[in-house]
Order: sequence, then C-alpha cells, then structure tokens
Amino acid sequence: MTQSAQTARLKDRGLIDRSQSLTFTFDGVPYNGYAGDTLASALLANGVRLVGRSFKYHRPRGILTSGSEEPNALVELRSGARREPNTKATITELYDGLEAKSQNRFPSLSLDLLAINGLVSPFLSAGFYYKTFMWPASFWEKIYEPMIRRAAGLGRAAQEHDPDSYDKAFAFCDVLVVGSGPAGLMAALTAARTGARVILVDESFAFGGRLLSDVRTVGGANGADWVNSVVAELKSFPGVQLMPRTTVFGAYDSGQFGAVERVADHVPVPAAGVPRQRLWRIVAKHTIIAQGALERPIVFGNNDRPGVMLASAVRTYINRFGVKPGETAVVFSNNDDGASTIADLVGAGIRVAALVDTRTVLQPATKSFARKHGIRIFEGAVVADAIGSSRVTGARIVAADGTSQNIACDLIAVSGGFNPSVQVSTHLGGRAQWQQELAAFVPGALPKGMAVSGSAKGTFGLASCLKEGAQAGEAAAVASGFQAKGAAVPAADDEPSDISAFWHVKTAKHKAFVDQQNDVTAADVALAEREGFRSVEHLKRYTTLGMATDQGKTSNVNGLAMLAQLTGKTIAATGATSARPPYTPVSLGALAGEHRGKHFKATRLTPSHDWAKERGAVFIETGMWLRAQYYPKPGENDWLTTVCREVNTVRNSVGVCDVSTLGKIEIHGTDAGKFLDRVYINMMSTLGVGKARYGMMLREDGIAMDDGTAARFADDRYFITTTTANAIKVLQHLELCRQWYWPDLDVQIFPVSDQWAQYSVAGPRARDLLAKIVDAPFDISNAAFPYMAVAELTVMGGVKARLYRLSFSGEMAYEIAVPARQGDRLMRTLMAKGEEFGIAPYGTEALGVMRIEKGHVAGPELNGTTTAADLGLGKMASTKKDFVGRVLSQRPGLTDPTRPRVVGFRPVDRSQRLRGGAHFIGKSDAAVAQNDQGYMTSVAYSPSLGHWIGLGLLANAESRMGEILRAYDPVRNGDVLVEVVPATFVDVEGARLRV
Amino acid sequence: MPRSDRYSIFSVFLEGLRGQTGWGQAWRQATPKPNYDVVIVGGGGHGLATAYYLAKRYGVKNIAVVEKGWIGSGNVGRNTTIVRSNYLLPGNIPFYETSMKLWEGLEQDLNYNAMVSQRGVLNLYHSDAQRDAYARRGNAMRLHGIDSELLDRDAVRSMYPWLNYDNARFPIQGGLLQRRGGTVRHDAVAWGYARGADRLGVDIIENTEVTGFRISNGKISGIETTRGFIGANKVGLAVAGNSSRVAGMAGLTLPIESHVLQAFVSEGIKPFIDGVVTFGAGHFYVSQSDKGGLVFGGDIDGYNTYAQRGNLPVVEDVLEGGMALMPRIGRVRLLRSWGGIMDMSMDGSPIIDRTPIDGLFFNGGWCYGGFKATPASGLCFAHLIARNETHEVARAYRLDRFRTGHMIDEKGMGNQPNLH
Amino acid sequence: MRINCPHCGLRSNDEFSYLGDASVVRPDPAAPNATEAFYAFGYERANIAGPMQELWYHAAGCHAWLVVTRDTRNHEILDVKSAQEVALERQKAAGTAQ
Repeated sequence: MTQSAQTARLKDRGLIDRSQSLTFTFDGVPYNGYAGDTLASALLANGVRLVGRSFKYHRPRGILTSGSEEPNALVELRSGARREPNTKATITELYDGLEAKSQNRFPSLSLDLLAINGLVSPFLSAGFYYKTFMWPASFWEKIYEPMIRRAAGLGRAAQEHDPDSYDKAFAFCDVLVVGSGPAGLMAALTAARTGARVILVDESFAFGGRLLSDVRTVGGANGADWVNSVVAELKSFPGVQLMPRTTVFGAYDSGQFGAVERVADHVPVPAAGVPRQRLWRIVAKHTIIAQGALERPIVFGNNDRPGVMLASAVRTYINRFGVKPGETAVVFSNNDDGASTIADLVGAGIRVAALVDTRTVLQPATKSFARKHGIRIFEGAVVADAIGSSRVTGARIVAADGTSQNIACDLIAVSGGFNPSVQVSTHLGGRAQWQQELAAFVPGALPKGMAVSGSAKGTFGLASCLKEGAQAGEAAAVASGFQAKGAAVPAADDEPSDISAFWHVKTAKHKAFVDQQNDVTAADVALAEREGFRSVEHLKRYTTLGMATDQGKTSNVNGLAMLAQLTGKTIAATGATSARPPYTPVSLGALAGEHRGKHFKATRLTPSHDWAKERGAVFIETGMWLRAQYYPKPGENDWLTTVCREVNTVRNSVGVCDVSTLGKIEIHGTDAGKFLDRVYINMMSTLGVGKARYGMMLREDGIAMDDGTAARFADDRYFITTTTANAIKVLQHLELCRQWYWPDLDVQIFPVSDQWAQYSVAGPRARDLLAKIVDAPFDISNAAFPYMAVAELTVMGGVKARLYRLSFSGEMAYEIAVPARQGDRLMRTLMAKGEEFGIAPYGTEALGVMRIEKGHVAGPELNGTTTAADLGLGKMASTKKDFVGRVLSQRPGLTDPTRPRVVGFRPVDRSQRLRGGAHFIGKSDAAVAQNDQGYMTSVAYSPSLGHWIGLGLLANAESRMGEILRAYDPVRNGDVLVEVVPATFVDVEGARLRV
Repeated sequence: MPRSDRYSIFSVFLEGLRGQTGWGQAWRQATPKPNYDVVIVGGGGHGLATAYYLAKRYGVKNIAVVEKGWIGSGNVGRNTTIVRSNYLLPGNIPFYETSMKLWEGLEQDLNYNAMVSQRGVLNLYHSDAQRDAYARRGNAMRLHGIDSELLDRDAVRSMYPWLNYDNARFPIQGGLLQRRGGTVRHDAVAWGYARGADRLGVDIIENTEVTGFRISNGKISGIETTRGFIGANKVGLAVAGNSSRVAGMAGLTLPIESHVLQAFVSEGIKPFIDGVVTFGAGHFYVSQSDKGGLVFGGDIDGYNTYAQRGNLPVVEDVLEGGMALMPRIGRVRLLRSWGGIMDMSMDGSPIIDRTPIDGLFFNGGWCYGGFKATPASGLCFAHLIARNETHEVARAYRLDRFRTGHMIDEKGMGNQPNLH
Repeated sequence: MRINCPHCGLRSNDEFSYLGDASVVRPDPAAPNATEAFYAFGYERANIAGPMQELWYHAAGCHAWLVVTRDTRNHEILDVKSAQEVALERQKAAGTAQ
C-alpha cells in the first residue's frame, strides 16, 4: 500500500528526476518520492509536516531548513544494526526502500505523552538541575539521575556491531575548493584552467549550492544549466577531482583537511567491497573556503512550530525539489531575502498573505510586486507569534503602531539574515570578526594558504561571488606555481542584500526559541544573564545553547546578539564561541576506518608461524606480535599440563623456542665498542671477538630501560639483542645517542630484527641436536664453543647462520639464527632431527617459567621504575666509565638502601598458588598502607620444584631471607603466606649452563 | 520579594511560579581591591576550590581569585568529566581518595548540584600481565581503604554485553572496577566553587590578566595585572596550561612541558553506557553524559604546544580504539572535538609546593589528571598557603623531588612528559 | 601537521616520534657540577610559547633525528635540520668532539 499522492508536488519545477519514483517509509507509513529528493523534500511533497519532537519539552517540530544546519527534522534512519540516530532529513538523499522513524517520542509522534514537560516548563528553566536534586545525596544515582537519563538523548544507537566497512585515503592537490556554489565553482574552474591539481568538494550530492535553489541567470543561462556546464568542463581536466557527498569537517595544521565522503549512504546497503564512508586526509597547498552562508531565524513566539521555515529553505523546496512547503505563506524578514522569497512563492502559485519586515521602508519594487499580487505589506513590523499547536495556522503580526492582528497561513517563511560559514576558517585559531553593516561574523585572520570566498566571506551578491571566486582560484593557482590564464567571469546580477539587524521579538506571548533542538528559549538567555552567566561561553554552557546536533548553526548568533542586548555590550565585544571540528557531525566509524576488529592493529607473525599453527600452538598477543604461548598435545586439557611437560622436556632433554621477536641490532664502526660502553652500564669494548655478554641499559634518568646481550663478531662489528617489548624504543634511543649525543663517533646502526629468524635450543641434548644440523667442519664441542661463545657458520647444508651459546632457561642452550626466509625450514629441521631426543617446542609460558626458576628479570620487573640495583644487577655497573643514566642514578631517592629489590618467594603451604600483583605485608600486620612492603611481580608453577614460585619487589629484601610474609590479594580473595627466598630456584651455581 | 539565594526544591518551585525573576548572580563580578591577604592566580577549578577552602576551612578573610578570561575557561571547562581514585602509588592514592571523598559531599557542602555521579569506572585488561598490574593496583587501593574489584571476562560481559568480545585483536579478559568512580558535570564544579567562595566574601575578578609579580628580597608583595597592581601577602598559582609562562614571570623554570589533549563528544543518543569504560589495548575511554552525548578521549598529541587544538592522527587513533572496543558506535556521529593544554610534569604526577620565592606558592603539573583532583587540590593548596605547611596527603608533591630522585611515576615512563 | 624530513620529504607528524626541547644538551658527565647539570638537562624545561627547537625522530621513515623549529603557539614549522649535523656543528663550535 503506497500513497503516491505527493499532493504538495509542483508540476513545473525542480531538479528531481520524475522518471525515477522511489518508495520510502516514515514511521511505517509508505510514501513515494523521486530521485534527487531529500527525505525532507519527499516528506513535504507528501504533506508531512510533523517530523520530530524537541529534546526537553517534546514540542512538535517540523522542517526548518534545507541543509546540514537542521535542528528539528531528525530521524532514525534505517533499522537494526544499521540504525542511524539523529539523521537530518534535510540532507538525507532519498533512495528506494529508505526507512525512517521519528525519535524522542512516546508512544508516537502525534501523541507524545512526554509533552507534559511543556506544562511544567516554568520549573525547568536553564540550569534548574544545578539548583535541586541534591537531597538526600544518595538519591542522585538511584532516583534523580536515572530519571534524567531516561529523558536524555534523541535517537537510539544501533544495538549490534556496525556491519558496514569504512576506509581511509589520502589526497594531495594544489588547490582545494570547499563548496560548489557560484564562488566555489568559479574558483575551481579558474584554478583548473591553469593546469593546477584541483579538488572540489561539496556536501550535497549535486554541485551548485544556492544556484540550484534560487532562480538566477548566469552568463545568459539559468543557474542550474550553467552549473552543469562548469561541472562538465571541470570533468575534462585530468588533474581535477570532483568530490560530491563529501564534507570537509576540519582544518588541521600544514594544509591538512579532514573530509568524509558518503560513498554509499544513498543506497540501501553498500555493494560488496564498497565502504559506507571514506575518511579523506586532504593535503592542499592552497585552500579556498566557499561554503556559503546559512540563513538564521528570528526569535519569536512559537517560532518552532511545524510550518515555520527559513525563507531560503522555502525557495529550495520550491525551486530545487518542486515542492510546495505550504498553501498560504506569511514572510517575515529583516532583509531583502523576503522580497526574493515572495517572488518565488508567487511564481510557484503559493498564496502569500503578507510580507512582514522589521525595516521601516521597503524597496519600491518590492512594494509594487506585493501590491500586484495582493500581498499585504507590514513595514517596521514583526511576526510576534506563530499560531497553531502541531502546525502553523496563522501568524500574529504586531504592526509598527503596536496594533496586533492575526493572519491565517500555514507557512511562515523567516529570514533574520545570513551567517557566513566561517567555521572551517577558524579551526586553526583565527577569530571571526563582527561586521555591523552586514550584521554578520566574517572570517578573521586566516591560516597560511587559506582564502575564503563568496558569501562565506560575507560577500552577498551573485555577480560578486562569481568574481571573487575566480580571483581566489587564480590567486591560489598562481601561488602554487601555475600561470594565470585570466578569469572569464560570466555575467550576472548582484541581488539586493540590505539588512537591518534584528534578533528577537520582545512582544511575543509564547515561548520563543533560540536553540530549537535543545529548547533554549529567550527567557533562558535572560535568566542566564541575570544569574551572571554573561560570557558567551558561560551562556552556552549554562543554557546548552548551541550544543545540539546543529552545533548552533541556527542559534549561536541569535543567542549572543540577545546576550549583547541584555548586557548592553556590542556584539563585537561580546564575541562568539569558538567553532571546532567537525563542521558537521561525522560518523565515528569513518574516523576509525578499517582499523577495527582483528584489524585494529597490524599483526606481526614470525617466520615459522605457519609451522606453529600446524602444530596446534595457542598464540598470545605480545605487542604487535602473535607468539606461540604453548603447544598442547592431544589429550592435554589444561595449559598447565602442557607447560609443565614443555619445561620438563627442556630440563631433561631438549626443547626449541621461537625467539625471533627479540629486537636485533647491528652496531658497526671503529667506535662501536666505545659507543656500547656508553649505552650499557657494563663494559662492552673489552668483549672478545667470538664472545657474547649480558648487558643492561639505563634511561638517562637512571632507571633500567632494557636488558639483552651483546655479541662481537669482529673488532668493528657487534650485534645486540633487546627484549621484544623494547625493540623499537631501544633502537630510537641508540639512534639518539649516535646522532645527537656523540655524532662524531664512527658508528653505524642497522636494525635487523626482521632479517633473522632466531630459535633457542635448550636442554642437556641441545648440543647433540645442533650437531646434526651444523655444517662441517664447525666444532660445537664445549671446549671449542663454550658458554657465551658466538660464531658465524652455516647449517643445513650451506644456510648462513649465527650461533650464540646463551641461556635464559638455565640449561645448556644455544640461540641459532638464520635468514628469516629459512626460519620455517630450520624449525621443521630441528623438530625432525630432534625426534630421537623427544624434542618439544616450547612457548612463551614455559620460557617464562624457566626464567623465573632462574630468577632472571623480565617485563614485570623492568617496569620503568626499577634501578639496576633494584633488579639485583647493581654490581654490573662499571665504575671505570660514564654511561647513559649513571649520573642521575646516583640521586638519593634511587640509591636509598630501603628501596624494594627483587627477591624470590615460595608459598609456605607448597600446595598454594601464588599470584602476580599481590602485596606483601607482615604476617601479623594489619592490611593498611603503612604496612605495604612491596608486591609480587612474576609467578609460575615450577615443575622442577613441584610448587609455585614467585619473584617480587620487597623493601629491605636482603635482610629478610626466610621471613614469612602475607601476600595480600583481596581483589582475588587469594591471601597466601609466603617465605622470602633467594631469587634463583634451580641450579643456583649455574653449573648446567657450562657443560 | 526576597531573592532566592539558597538553592532547593522549594526555591526552584517558588521561582517557577514567579517566572525565575528572583535568582541573584551566581557570583559577583568583583573589581580588585588594592590589597589582599591571599591572591589566587587562575579562576579554574583548582583556583576557585583553593579560594573556597581558604575561606571556609582555614578562616582566611581577604581573598581574591584573578582570572584572565572567564572563570572555568581552562581545563575544568574542557575535560572528560571523570572522577576516580584508582591510583597505584602511595604518593598518589591518599590524595586522590581525599578528592573522591570531597566529591562525595561536594553538592551539600556547596549547595550546588554538580551531578557527581558514581556510576563506576571500569579499566579493561587484555593480557595476563595487565591483569596482574591491575591486581597490584586494586590491592594497593584496598590497602588504602578504597573500593576496587578485579572482574573477569564474564563479569565485564554482564555489565557491558555489547562490547567487542569475539572478534578482537586484543580480546577483553576482564577489568578493574572502582564503583565509587564516575563523572561530574565539569562546568558546574567551577560555578559551584565560585558561588560558594563568593558567598564567603572571596572576590572573583574575571578578565584580568597577570603580567608580572612584584618581588623584593626574595619575597612577593603582589601581582601586576592588566588592571593594575594588586597587593598580596601570599600568592598562589593555579594556572594549568600556563604554568611555565606565569611562573617564568617570577623567574622560575619548572619541570613541566605543555601538551595538548583532545577530547570529543558525540551527538546525544539514548543512554546505553552507564559508567566510564577505558580500553586497555588502545587509547580510548568513554562515558555518556546525562544529555546523552558519548564523552571520550585518548592520548595526548605528543608535542609541546600552547594551541588549544590537536591534529587528525590522534583523532583517528582514538576512534580506532573506540570502534575496536565498541563496534556499535560506528553510525553515531562526532559532534564536537576540542583540545586542552595539559601541563605535563616529568613524572606524570602533580606539584603542590612552596617556591623559592617567599609567599609564592605553586600548584600545577596535573597532566591529564587535574579534574578529578580539583577538590583535594584546592584543599591541600589552601592548607599549604594558610599554614605554610604541606597537607599530609600532598607530601609527595614536592617541587624538588626530581632533584632528589623521589619521582612518583605511575606509568614508569621516566622524564618524558609526552609518554605519561 | 607535516614535517619536511630532509631525507624523505613532507610527511605527516604521525610518522615521527617526539622527544622535546633540543636546547637542553647532554652535559659533560665529568664536570664538577655534573649532578646539577644532569638534573637540569633531565627535568627543567623552558617550555617555550613561541618558536622552539625540538627533537623529532623519523620512526616510520629514515630513522633520522631532526631538529625542528616549530612555533608552539600555532604549530607552524619554521625549519628542519638533521640533528646529527646540528650536533656536529655544535661540537665544532665548542671544540669538544668526544
């Protein structure tokens, strides 16, 4: 059942495509419209006037504007996971099957019980909530606030995850033109003709701006035809990018602009592979802001009733969409826009009952036109109140002599003048300036490379806009290095644009709305002023004026002008609130782009990842890396069983662990040793060729930064490793040291983390296994290749490799590195050759267990607040040299002997589990802050010992061996008595390393 | 008829009946007197709170607050409204808990509804290591008598069933919850303290910029302003975002860098986020205001700046975190973004201390933790100024702690302010 | 914000990581006042409102440290130099190659 009436459709006008009929629903009722309609124009065509309810008083609201400044006609568009709350009907391009619902009403749009708020409105003035709801205090969260939150918001967000995709792109150009009205089109055309790369952006689906909405002649053609010819010419330039349905929402530094292209919002569902929207980062050498000007309403009684519409919007609906916004109109203005509007109304066959103008003398031409068409003229008069409740039925006019009369009408077209769209021009800190003769804020100081052109600059008048646009386009192109071609400006007339500032009808009897969406009335503005909220920012924040989804586009200037009247200051002295990005609201999804779900961050995989996956490894996120956490065997149902098996295999035979994620850096040059002496706390220049040494680096503030090993392959060639977590940080630090601290040293730094796949082969059979893959004649016997030896060699029949006899497990162990592309092969080879030893791959869990068993510190101890001494590594620091962090590490706070140090723990009841993050307090002390002695940093179940063990930072640790403490863990109900023990649990002498 | 000076349900009702005509000014627009016992420079939350507590709790009579613009125009007017005391280190915990307790009684104390709303702050964790770090924090809070709960994934899911649990790069494992944490209507804090201070006789002097200090023999005697000299026995600086510039006029160099933090609000939508949620695997935290807007933020831009605005990469970074955590917000729209200048200290913790100049006191370096600290900062700064001794919960906030090596570094990032 | 890396050209600021004021130079650790000098180096900042020389690292590019002169009031970038070249010049001027 479709109503195809479109009773308010004009037969002979509009840029809609009547050959393409589209069906849509509003609140479940089906209607028809045409391609080229917006939802608002289609609703009006079908005679629908009541579209929404206001935020606070739930007053009936219609369609005020025809653009992105719309405060009232907000709908929930689409449904289910695609539900889009607060969508402006005025910029929603109609598509077949469009589904819209009204919002913020109960139970229905026409019968909204919450409109009762209007009856108690005397008590709900601006800021009333700051003055009450305080007693008793506990009622706030329980009663008052839930009540307020039930009333909060307009539309509802979707409940499911957004099913559509978004993406991001960069664009670069010489000249960015924002807005495609007369000024923007001329700017783009003139710049394009010089050969400059031009991007032309417009928020609408059609280029042309007001030329689509007003009846104008340009270069002898009608406006819309001229637009088509310019767009056609622009399309012929290879360097021009035309971007309709795109909003430049913000200006950022260095000529960057953020823009969102609505790629698929005009179709029911994006096609496969097509994003819903795309975020553009546009980098422009020069930018011309030509976003035009927005008409502002006049504040009068019941000025929010459906049927009150901006005069320019009335003309848009008539001329662009071929829709009659009413049958009988009263036009209320303080400027020459009223005259244009009555002409278009009459032209469309709409009766005009009256032209009411606040100015005392109107143009003779206007008056004669009015007389000819039977339009009553009221000079020096106002519309004081709209009459009617759910829609306008008349206007109460107060004439210059103070007499009042009601005139029947169903449309009040209002114009309070125009606000140039200066927002984007002020995003980088410029302040808009008030110009009294224009009654408008115009752009102030502009950022480098930006120009504003046309009515966005306060230049009202078609001919002037065309000319100014052409000049701006040429200037931008020339400044970008292109030859001026001379701008041919088409002939046109400047329309009259006289204005006399007028804001607020004080003779109104009814509520007069300044911010229609947020229901901020003239009385609220006066109250705020009375209470001392006299800065324009205080006014905004106290009353919420300008904070609705139209961002104050229809309300800010009226509000501040009214404040100025109340305080007796000028508008210039009162100033405006700052406009901040976005220019119009932007989907959060577009700003995130494709970075969501599994693609939130990149995933780094090691060279043998596929092998681990085949093996059934469980992976864990380690920074960007996915690492094998453990490798369960069939039948192993909990991680601990698997990890214990892995540890036992290493301790009894041999295991292999992928350590490719370690940071790896080559340090070359004749000063490499000297350089490393300065960045490590211990000596590296004395390291023999073919040897490795454990080392620690500090930050300049004396705190431990990272640990790892340095190996020396030649006099001038070192190779160092960092922890996985700090790989990038350490590289950056070393580059700072090399380039900035000691630029004269002969040192080169090469990050090679990704070049090498590296594996730890650990356990008593490690050598036996490696012997099977190391190419002859290399000798890996203990004598020839002892603990801490390193060598370059080949394996697996000629594969370049590096072998390091290093151990973090405490067992006899090696790290073997091969070029990354050989990693997978090496892993498979080690597993195959190790089969006879019962080899097991082990993951990060087993690695962690064994390092805790050996008391090696890692991430939880290297937490950015511990010193080398805290970590038990104080003795490593050389006293024979300076190194980064040495001086500041000697501050009293860092050398205090009572500082917590790393020590070991075991549960008194060996069957109990330990947990990281438990705090230590004396066994019989109260659980209060003064008794806090430190905390558990790392824990593991030790299969070697058969119970849990831990490392922790404990105050006065050395003197407390054997003491029993309470590991206090109330957040997990897990208090455990623990004994303080040395931090090494297995093979304390380190004998196994050297066999 | 008398003015309705005291706020109550009765005065709201009465004024409703008589057209709201009986309300007086929330604070007088004072003109400066020649001399004050104490001048507080900076009419933000901290400055106004300091003046209020000086008058209310320390009996100081002759106080002025001097503000270069409109009161509340700094970070109290541009933050993301979160209050909490879920700190890690003993230097911070008692201070922020003092603040939390002051928040809990603030409205009755001030007779101003700042909408202190304890709907909970939930910090999510995504790894075992993060879980243990939050356990450490939660346990530390318990040792200080503060509520904290470590939730597992199921418990988080029952609170926020619509977060992304199943298709996440860094899956949610659980969270640390402080139920007493929540949000406060930020502007109202400035107005409430201003009104409270005004009623106790404090002069609030707006649109008056400090241009210098009068110092002789190492002692301060007043401030030079755009409205002339104002004498003062004691001067307290609470000028977040301008600390280095203002202190520089007194010849001080501070351990502070100024950075910009961007914040964001969406269009108003029907509330579905009860409390505050922070993402543990990216830079995103969010709450929903009583008007329905999602209020959210992320990381600082990371470079020194005094421009109250940031750049697009951080906007994208924040929303990437937002969409990773809450994929249902994709079609909700960003309404407004803005930037506030954070005076980042070298260890991420604030400074409330005397300066080397006799009679000149300094309060600053709040990084992005200043809003929640407002009441305790005011109280401790008032204590310091009135008694010339440090309040017991602010003892660690010494200016010389970097020289002695007693940093209070919650994040372990060292002397690099943009990483705190 | 876009920074003109001398090696890579104009790049978005998110390719770079920031360290801070380039006017604080690592002091001589052997000098008698080294402790105080390192404290100032590590912690005291002029925190300039205006053109400031600062260190940026082209992390997602050439790994060069740069000395960028940038106005902290409006983010205008006035100059970009290789930090190593600046440091070498400084050493040459002071005659203090280490």
